[in-house]
Amino acid sequence: MTQAPPAPEATPPPPPPPSAMDTAAGVGSSLLRSLVMPALALVVALVIGAIIIAFSDVNNVPLLFEDPGAALSAMAREVVAAYKALFVGAVGSVYAISETLFAATPLILASLGVALGFRAGLFNIGAQGQMLIGAMSAVWVGIYVDLPTPLHVLLAILAGLIGGMVWGGIAGLLKARTGAHEVITTIMFNFIALYLVQWLLSIPLFQEAGRNNPVSTAIRPTAQLSPIFGGSYRVTLGFAIALVAVFFVYWLLYRSSWGFEFRAIGLNPQAGAYAGMGVATAVTLAMAIAGGLAGVAGANQVMGLAPYKATTALAGSVGFDAITVALLGRSHPIGVLWAALLFGALKAGGRQMQGAAQIPLDLVVVLQALIVIFVAAPALVRAIFRMKGVAEKPAQMTKGWGA
Amino acid sequence: MTATATQAPTDVPALTRATPEARRATIIGCVLIALAVVVFWVFGLGAESGATATFNLSLPNDTFTGLQWAFNARVVAMIIAFILAALGAQRLRRAQLKWTNVILGFGLMLFVVAFLGWAAAGSSFSMVGMLRSTVIASIVITLGALTGLMCERAGVVNIGIEGQLLTAAFVATILSSAFGTWAGVLGAMAVGGLLGWVLAWLAIRFQVDQIIAGVVINIFALGLTSFLASRVLSEAQDLNAPARISSIRIPLLADIPVLGPMFFDHTFFIYVTLILVGVLHFALFRTRWGLRARSVGEHPKAADTLGIDVYRVRYRNVILGGLIAGFGGAFLALAQIARFEEDMTGGIGFIGLAALIFGRWMPFGCLAAGLVFGFSGALAQKVAILGTGIPSEFMLMLPYLATVIVVAGVVGRARAPAADGQPYIKG
Repeated sequence: MTQAPPAPEATPPPPPPPSAMDTAAGVGSSLLRSLVMPALALVVALVIGAIIIAFSDVNNVPLLFEDPGAALSAMAREVVAAYKALFVGAVGSVYAISETLFAATPLILASLGVALGFRAGLFNIGAQGQMLIGAMSAVWVGIYVDLPTPLHVLLAILAGLIGGMVWGGIAGLLKARTGAHEVITTIMFNFIALYLVQWLLSIPLFQEAGRNNPVSTAIRPTAQLSPIFGGSYRVTLGFAIALVAVFFVYWLLYRSSWGFEFRAIGLNPQAGAYAGMGVATAVTLAMAIAGGLAGVAGANQVMGLAPYKATTALAGSVGFDAITVALLGRSHPIGVLWAALLFGALKAGGRQMQGAAQIPLDLVVVLQALIVIFVAAPALVRAIFRMKGVAEKPAQMTKGWGA
Repeated sequence: MTATATQAPTDVPALTRATPEARRATIIGCVLIALAVVVFWVFGLGAESGATATFNLSLPNDTFTGLQWAFNARVVAMIIAFILAALGAQRLRRAQLKWTNVILGFGLMLFVVAFLGWAAAGSSFSMVGMLRSTVIASIVITLGALTGLMCERAGVVNIGIEGQLLTAAFVATILSSAFGTWAGVLGAMAVGGLLGWVLAWLAIRFQVDQIIAGVVINIFALGLTSFLASRVLSEAQDLNAPARISSIRIPLLADIPVLGPMFFDHTFFIYVTLILVGVLHFALFRTRWGLRARSVGEHPKAADTLGIDVYRVRYRNVILGGLIAGFGGAFLALAQIARFEEDMTGGIGFIGLAALIFGRWMPFGCLAAGLVFGFSGALAQKVAILGTGIPSEFMLMLPYLATVIVVAGVVGRARAPAADGQPYIKG
């Protein structure tokens, strides 16, 4: 992956026995591994989630001391009910699938940005801020420009793209020109964006008339993303845009010369520079494109969801979920698509679980964190399942900011 | 990331006419003169002629009450503008290299005084109240920064401070409600340390990218505490009612005007934090432990060669850092708010990370940065109350902007420990 051996000491780790570089493991096994590991990670996460559900019930835990059998069966019933609701809510009906795709849409877009960054050796934690700025740019076009539908939608999406590109590009430019570590700057830009948007939503340019809280005017109907499968399903054209973005990023990374430079610099920037690549330009451009993708995700959050208004909460947790999705998808566009669909399914199912089984939606967040930690530490999963096999070197996404 | 990409223009002296220091002096000279112009036009000419601004320098239940500083806002602004312009001109003319950051800090302080005089012209506001809330706000920020300091000095980047604070606050709330204050504080520290251990374990044993491990800890902490809050705390509300920790007034010292209410009339958390800063400074730079920790953070291979157990030092430091974060979480839950709310940290762990960087990986730097960031938060509140028309959002942005400026090296570069964030593989 974005393996940039920092120093001579970067030989394989001690816990898994030293072996050849993991790229040498072969194409076939890597495909298997990229499916098996996430699946096992999901299983382990669901098991831990079940334990959390069982032991967080304030009625069943005291019962455990009086009547262990009854308590355990009550816990089991609760876990089964919760996971059944999770499954049904994710893929149990056409509506559920539509909800899954709906939840996956911003995740796909923002995660593509993070994945693109990883490929270029950049850790973009700033999707959250880039989404906010992209959304506000799209909202401005949505409110103030008067155009017929397809053009208006396109222009608003373009505005979101540009807004996000500028916000991500600043971090890239700072990195390229001054060496400021992108992890630090993008974290800071997340907060700067948050306060900037909070302010923008309190001035007459954006704020809905008669409001005291930060909420924007609704965008014009011509700028709204229309549902694909009719009004009763929430999937919009945004999902189609996300699919286009998947192919665009795939093309960019693997079929264009810029993508080649991104990947080369991500693997070894010194070598890239030695080969005559403009590292500074590539870093800035990669961050700008990553930001642009997140910006489109932000635009989607306003243009594809009633009441079509911007708030400071419009990005939700998508910006941070995007990091986990990109990791789960191994920073590959197609992998990101599947990972985003999985997390979208968890989110859609989580809502059903909250409604039908009274298990708070936050459990899904815990599951996501667990899945990613098991994917990031394959040795952990291997130890749990007593698996033997090719020792896999965990990816170092970043160089520390000391160097 | 890379030597090439990170190469600052200042690293190639052949291509630039001035040395980096001289360039910095020039930039700061220009900044000071720009501040002078703003002070002159906006705060000087902009203030109502003859309007008096009153800063109250005592709180109602102080030993000495009624202290205040009343001044003509316009005259004071003019004087400050003159001083700023003089300082800036001196920087530019002689390309002065020494004391550059001190002068800049002093200039910014004068700027803030002029600004407050302008904002309070014709009315009065409680200066001491603001300074006191600055100190209170700075405590969690400083503790978060010290957490990061412990980890990063030993070469482990900790992005998970936010998650550690949040989980610790949650545990402190429950244990304090059930078993009393001390159980809450100790339990919070224990869980902070536990999360520190998890971070170190993932980073060292499994060589998970440290930033990823930190991000995951944050997500996990937010998810788990929110889940348990809505599933357990909403059912058993007596678990979400910790006793608020009361202040300990230090005799005599608390009677000093201004400084007394600022520093010496608080909960024990604040005294412990202030002492901790000094202790950590001594420990890092004057003890064998500190030398070893720093060597592991700067050059683990050399440290290993000399027989220092790199992994052990890293584990220990990250866990100690976790204890500090746990203490900070307990402060939030037991002294500040006295109940747990979902996502109650609201990003303060990241401000702590910013303070660590702004404070240049030094204990007293962390404290100073904590105070500056706490001040900008307190200022934002005051500005909103005084109704100056300046959006408080811009004040809240300042800590983050300042940090970006520092990492970009515009006014002096902050340098992290050399091996910060890099896994060490014994070979």
